[in-house]
Amino acid sequence: MTDLDAFRLETRAWLEANCPPGMRAPVRGEQDQCWGGRNFQFSSDDQRIWLERMAARGWTAPDWPCEYGGGGLSQAEHKVLREEMSRIQARPPLSSFGVWMIGPAILKFGSEPLKRQHLPPIVRGEIRWCQGYSEPGAGSDLAGLQTRAEDRGDHFIVNGQKVWTSYADQADWMFCLVRTDPDARKQLGISLVLFDMTTPGVSTRPIKLISGNSPFCETFLDDVCVEKDQVVGEINQGWTIAKYLLTHEREMIGGMGRTGAGQRTLPEFAVEAIGLDNGRLADGMLRAEVARWALDAKAFELTAERVRDEAKTGQGVGHASAMVKYYGTELNKRRQELMLALRGSDALVWEGAASHEGALPRMWLRSKANSIEGGTSEIQLNVIARNILALQ
Amino acid sequence: MPALVLNEEQQMLKDAAQRFFRENAPVAQLRALRDNRDETGFSAELWRNMAEMGFAGTLIPEAFGGSGFGHVGMGQLSEEAGRNLSASPLFSSSILSAVTLLLAGSGEQKQATLPAIASGKLVVALAIDEKPRHHPWSINTTAQNLDAGFVINGHKSFVVDGHVADRLIVAARTNIGSQDSDGISLFLIDPATQGVKVERTIMADSRNAATVRLDHVRVGEEALLGQLNEAHAVLESVLDMGNAQLAAELLGLSLEAFERTVRFLQERKQFGVVIGSFQGLQHRAAHMFSELELLKSVVLKALVALDEEAVDASALVSLAKAKACEVAELVTNEMIQMHGGIGMTDEFDAGLFIKRARVVQQLLGDYRYHADRFARLHGF
Ligand SMILES: Cc1cc2nc3c(=O)[nH]c(=O)nc-3n(C[C@H](O)[C@H](O)[C@H](O)COP(=O)(O)OP(=O)(O)OC[C@H]3O[C@@H](n4cnc5c(N)ncnc54)[C@H](O)[C@@H]3O)c2cc1C
Repeated sequence: MTDLDAFRLETRAWLEANCPPGMRAPVRGEQDQCWGGRNFQFSSDDQRIWLERMAARGWTAPDWPCEYGGGGLSQAEHKVLREEMSRIQARPPLSSFGVWMIGPAILKFGSEPLKRQHLPPIVRGEIRWCQGYSEPGAGSDLAGLQTRAEDRGDHFIVNGQKVWTSYADQADWMFCLVRTDPDARKQLGISLVLFDMTTPGVSTRPIKLISGNSPFCETFLDDVCVEKDQVVGEINQGWTIAKYLLTHEREMIGGMGRTGAGQRTLPEFAVEAIGLDNGRLADGMLRAEVARWALDAKAFELTAERVRDEAKTGQGVGHASAMVKYYGTELNKRRQELMLALRGSDALVWEGAASHEGALPRMWLRSKANSIEGGTSEIQLNVIARNILALQ
Repeated sequence: MPALVLNEEQQMLKDAAQRFFRENAPVAQLRALRDNRDETGFSAELWRNMAEMGFAGTLIPEAFGGSGFGHVGMGQLSEEAGRNLSASPLFSSSILSAVTLLLAGSGEQKQATLPAIASGKLVVALAIDEKPRHHPWSINTTAQNLDAGFVINGHKSFVVDGHVADRLIVAARTNIGSQDSDGISLFLIDPATQGVKVERTIMADSRNAATVRLDHVRVGEEALLGQLNEAHAVLESVLDMGNAQLAAELLGLSLEAFERTVRFLQERKQFGVVIGSFQGLQHRAAHMFSELELLKSVVLKALVALDEEAVDASALVSLAKAKACEVAELVTNEMIQMHGGIGMTDEFDAGLFIKRARVVQQLLGDYRYHADRFARLHGF
């Protein structure tokens, strides 16, 4: 038996013994996820226990080094963990901008004290982060951001406005792009800074989404004091880090195209909604569309796997995250449209217990943002055309 | 063959409708109805005004108090109402129910209902579908003949304006054991009758829909609408007429969503230029324009075919509805995508457009249903 096989058996046994029954079922949208943080209310004991147990092993951030609270798993072990979790339909114990985005950036670019300060609370789900990138005038053109940070010796004074800040009203800390050199060329005068959302001068106004829930916010920054030791990497070098972080975000959002652990696949969903006729989905038109989607989904899943494997061995095209983000989000939107069609008028019921308060249509509407957040599909296509295909 | 343009009278009606809906029932009205959780689901004052304008009787002959402007005429109203997402019982009562009564009703039944529908005083809703995906012949509701009347049992869903209707038209199987489109009859029922339970469903588009439960509902023979067991042909026509109007509504909705999007492309700046200067977006806008031109043609053609009682009207209606579903889906998705973050906010109207679009797409058959029917009617 190889070490990896041994790891698999051990992991399987541990998950079997430790994953509470309530956590072996698909997540019903964003409300049902565990986000952690100072303000978070667990929806059940199962949810709390699952987070605590996984965090204790560092498995909320399985591939981070153990010294910062991570699981210290190799890529191969991480993959085994993912497979074993999906085998029992275990939910992810934690949804976290800390794990997905700012953590990897701090690991790669942060000072040692920053790592020690911020990474362990992320792993434990104690601190919830939000992302302060976009501004009213700087969306796709992110480098056009105007939020100013003035140098006051040992600290900065930050002034400006962020927008579309997901969960800013519930987050504990923000990682925020600010302009530290107003005279430098667009990309060169930007820094990535961290601050506590309770710092005086930080205020948020929730904005309702078309799904009727999961507000994102406008965030106003009024003479906010940020210590200089809370700059990630070098001052004025924030753009490089911001882009690095975006690749993580894009791979994460792109991953939404994949069927998550415990989620019914689209074909399963289709069979349940429409039924079979002689082993075939009973509606020929829908069958063709579902088949087409399922083919693309499988091909995408294999591609995501290949991209990961290539990255491990240092091969492959750079900027693959743009392709993963583009294709994965478009795929997810197609899936949601098909789910809507498969369930017909039932899928358009917006309120009431029978529809779980419109869980399906709200998820469908939320999916429309996948190709906008983290850089739009158009921007991903521009990256592919320019940086991979050299079409200028 | 009549030209594919509006005649003078139809153009006047369109102009009047354009002004009327813009001024009296803009998108903000639907938003207010939603936010106030309005129980009726439409403005009673608006409906009175629509009736005064003669809109409620557009498909009803003059003999019964309407204007008899026909399907093309009504199509102009549906299109303009679609542009503004205007909520009213126009579709349920003045379109679906009015044509059902016209086609199936006895002289007495027509006299008792049509003038009141034309004046907006009577709201009638049509209850056919029982399955979440439109399937008009999948009817399990039964009406058993019993001493000079019927006993009706069953369940209907997605009944537009069901909870505000003064009368319901219910499709039920009278020949118990019959299959598919055979053996179905229509009944005109007062929802106050014992055993009728109507419950509003709050839908994504914030417009009216209801489920209707019929539990041992006893009605007299006079409730039968049209011939016993022979509702099939009437319903085919009614569904064609309804779908043509839904296609017109989707056309108006899509045109408005498209025009608002183009305006945004002309205004929003990123990278120091308006985003409409990016070719990637220009081409998609130009593509949508082309699709919308096609949609205009097929909608008008279907409406004309209904007025002319053309033999291929059914295929043309399915063409129009299928195309309308396809284009509405494209345009509402692009509306959100091209607006970026703003498109996802509830404050902005894109959400209202996409939600209404999907409901109308599903109502009486979506793209797949009508593409399949189109193929079947063409023998492939
Ligand atoms: C649900 C949601 C959550 C979000 N969460 C966060 C968050 O937590 N933190 C954060 O900082 N931001 C967040 N965002 C913001 C997101 O990153 C921006 O919305 C996105 O980058 C697009 O910017 P914009 O909204 O200003 O659109 P714009 O940049 O104005 O784009 C409008 C349209 O123009 C297109 N376009 C722009 N430039 C080009 C070009 N060169 N070529 C072709 N087409 C182009 C775009 O693709 C889009 O279709 C979130 C957005 C959403 C929808």
